Formats: sequence, structure tokens, C-alpha cells
Amino acid sequence: MCLGIPGQITEISDRETKQAIVDVAGVKRPVNIACIVDEAHPVESCVGDWVLVHVGFAMSRIDPVEAEKTLALLTELGEAQAEIEAMQTGAR
Amino acid sequence: MKYVDEFRDPDKARRLQAEIARLVPATGATAERPLQLMEFCGGHTHTIFRYGIEQLLPEAIELIHGPGCPVCVLPMGRVDDCVTLAERRDVIFTTFGDAMRVPGSRKSLLQAKADGADIRMVYSPLDALHLARNNPEREVIFFALGFETTMPSTALTVLQAEADGITNFSLFCNHITTVPTIKAILDSPDMRIDGFLAPGHVSMVVGERPFDFVAEHYHKPIVITGFEPLDILQSIWMLLRQLTEQRHVVENQYARIVPAGGNAAGMDAISRVFELREYFEWRGLGSIDHSGVKMRDTYAAFDAERKFSVANIKIADPKSCQCGEVLKGVIRPWECKVFGTACTPETPMGALMVSSEGACAAYYNFGNLTELMAKRKAVNA
Ligand code: SF4
Repeated sequence: MCLGIPGQITEISDRETKQAIVDVAGVKRPVNIACIVDEAHPVESCVGDWVLVHVGFAMSRIDPVEAEKTLALLTELGEAQAEIEAMQTGAR
Repeated sequence: MKYVDEFRDPDKARRLQAEIARLVPATGATAERPLQLMEFCGGHTHTIFRYGIEQLLPEAIELIHGPGCPVCVLPMGRVDDCVTLAERRDVIFTTFGDAMRVPGSRKSLLQAKADGADIRMVYSPLDALHLARNNPEREVIFFALGFETTMPSTALTVLQAEADGITNFSLFCNHITTVPTIKAILDSPDMRIDGFLAPGHVSMVVGERPFDFVAEHYHKPIVITGFEPLDILQSIWMLLRQLTEQRHVVENQYARIVPAGGNAAGMDAISRVFELREYFEWRGLGSIDHSGVKMRDTYAAFDAERKFSVANIKIADPKSCQCGEVLKGVIRPWECKVFGTACTPETPMGALMVSSEGACAAYYNFGNLTELMAKRKAVNA
């Protein structure tokens, strides 16, 4: 129940009640976007946003830079590890 | 799926696994005296079992599955109140699917539905509001439960009902709060937790700061964690790093979703509609101060508790059920005396056997049952 799923907003369906349409893995369904709009990011600018959808509400805008950073860190971590392993095998 | 698949990459998981194994010895933990890391949230418990994450960890790490599954901690009396509300002829009772099979002292919502009560499963509280709009002659009650993650959605639904002038819609509010509960766990004398995986989606609403007390006051490391397997493994690795470097701070592994300050619009909706209760009753854990919210007086018209004067019955958990000890991590789920015998997912005695986020159901569905039952015999002999 506490889970959420990523989706992309494809259109605004009702500006007044802050309702939009979100595409979750090819399935379209209505979503409320009240939690992700503010003065800096008005309703109109939400189309194209990737969001986390939870019980019919877009609860957070997914930050692509942070997502990339996390994955990059994990790749680096592996590389350092591979290098250490290579050194150890080389030393043998 | 974007933002999902890349966080399930087995290659990166293996690298993390190796890093974790490399760091563990420096913490001083051993298989005999393992580090105890608690994942608070039932969503994490689910991922851990679904992807067999425990099997990837060294024996010197033990995961304790915390009480963060709202369905699992729902007291029996609350389920009874739901059934009573749902049995009213003028009522359409709406709920998330997870709550349908939680046992009450008389019956579950599922049984009540089979007996003729008008109970409908909805995906969103907005679907319940929609039902109210289309059935003006009926009273539509939405069973609001969940932690801070779900509170903005029910609060916003109430605000929408108010704006639309809908008068036949109300919430049966059973929302619970995270911070007092983590505090109760940390204060409990029979507990020894070395670090926490903090609930990612609660944090997305409340932000990072509410967890400061865990690091500052209790000197435990805590990492805000996402729900994919790599998220969990990375957070365990981050906890180990803090432990080996003898640091204890709040770190955010899930920054792609969790902004440091949380969600302002969501918090605003919560504080407009809800206020803290003095205390709230948890299944297995008893009463915890300030661990729940109720509706403010301004929204009394949308409060099912006041509209229909709910009895608020208290029913003790069955004697043989050890949910409380499991929730606190004092015993493992399979050590409960009725695990797999009197209590199974088909005939659950405790709520931990009901929800897919409950620790008992997770062990039952994903564990090696024969092996667990043999171990349990040994423990209880
Ligand atoms: S086996 Fe059943 S009764 Fe025992 S702790 Fe688990 S859910 Fe509760």
C-alpha cells in the first residue's frame, strides 16, 4: 500500500482540480498533481514530468540528476572493486 | 521500466554485495553477535523477501523487520468498527484492498462483504469521492489508513469534497505517524538495533529532518532508503560505512525521490485537515503516544468517527499470537508458536500474516517452509 510507481505525465485533464493523465508502463490513468505544483512549477509545466504515483496522486517529481548520480556511484564502486581484484590477482 | 529496471541490475547488486562483505568485519560483528539493522517499512520487507536480499548478506548482518506496515498494526477493535460501519444499510464502505482480509473479532471486511455489506475496494481515495458524487442518497466512507505517505492523498480528497460541497463523504481516519513509533522502538528495553533503513516514501512527504533525533539523540546511523533491490543494498552499505567510521547521521540514499525538505504542498494539506491524537492503539505494540492523527474540528462533517459515533471497541489480541514480539524484532516470525500451523495466509490469526508487507506472510511465502518449521520446533522445544 505504501508503494509508489514511476510514471510520466502526458496531459493536463483539469486545471482547476489539478487532475492530469499519467502513463505508467503504457497504462494511462488519472492522477492528481496538487503535491508537485507550486509557483515555480505551475500546472502547465508538468507535462513530460516523471513522477512517483501513489494511490492516485503524484507525490514527488523524480530528479533525473540524482537518479544518475546514484547509478554512477554504484558503477564506480564496482570499478574500484574490479581494480583491487585485478591487483590482487596480479600480485599472486 | 524507466527508474525501476536500472535499480534492479544484478551486476551492480553483486558489486554491492562484495563491498558489504568487505566492510562487515571492521564493524566487529560476527555471526554469533550480528549487527541488527531494522527496515522500518513494510515496503522494504516486501522487497527484501521478493529479491532474496537476506541470502546476499553475510551472516554477521541480521535484518529486523519493523512495524511499518499499516495494515499489520491495525488493532482488532478497529477492524470491528469498520465492519459495524460497513454493515449500515445507508453506507458504501470503501477501502484499499490490503485491509480486506485483516481479521477482526467478529469478521474481516471480506467476510462482511460476503455477508451482504456494501464494501468496495478502491485504488485511490479520489475513487471513493467519485462514488459519493454518483450516489448522493448513500453515505460513502473511506477507510483512511497508512503513514505520512498516504496522508496527503486523503487530506486533499477531503479538501476536494469540501470545495465541491459534497456532504455524503467521510473518512474513518486511522492514519499513523512514523517518528513516535521509531522512538518507541528505540526506547523499548528488549531491543538492540544498530542502524535503521528509514522509510523512503514517508520521507518524501516529511523530509529528512524529522529523523535527526535518531542520529543526534540515540546515536544510531539512519539512511533514507528506496524500494528497489539496489536501493536496499546500497543503504545497508551506507549504514556499514557509518558504523565503521563511527559516524551517526541521517543520509539520503533515495535523493531521486526524496527532497531534503519533503513535500510542502502535502504537509500543508495534512496540517489543515489532521491533528495529532493523544495516543493511538497498535496491534501487538499497545498504545503509543502521539502515534496517530484525527480530523480537526473544522472537518468534523467529514469525520466518520463523529458522524456515525463509532464505538471504538478495544479487543485484546488472541493469546497465542506473538505479533508484538515479532514487530519489535524480539522473536523471528517463524518462531511464533502458531506460525504455519494455526496461522497461515489463508487463515491468518495475526495481521502480519495478511499483508504481503507483513513479515510472517513474507517468510511463509518466500521462505523455505520445511526448514523454518524444523527450526521452530527446535527453538520452542
Ligand atoms: S504467525 Fe501469526 S500470530 Fe504469530 S506473529 Fe505471525 S501473524 Fe502473528
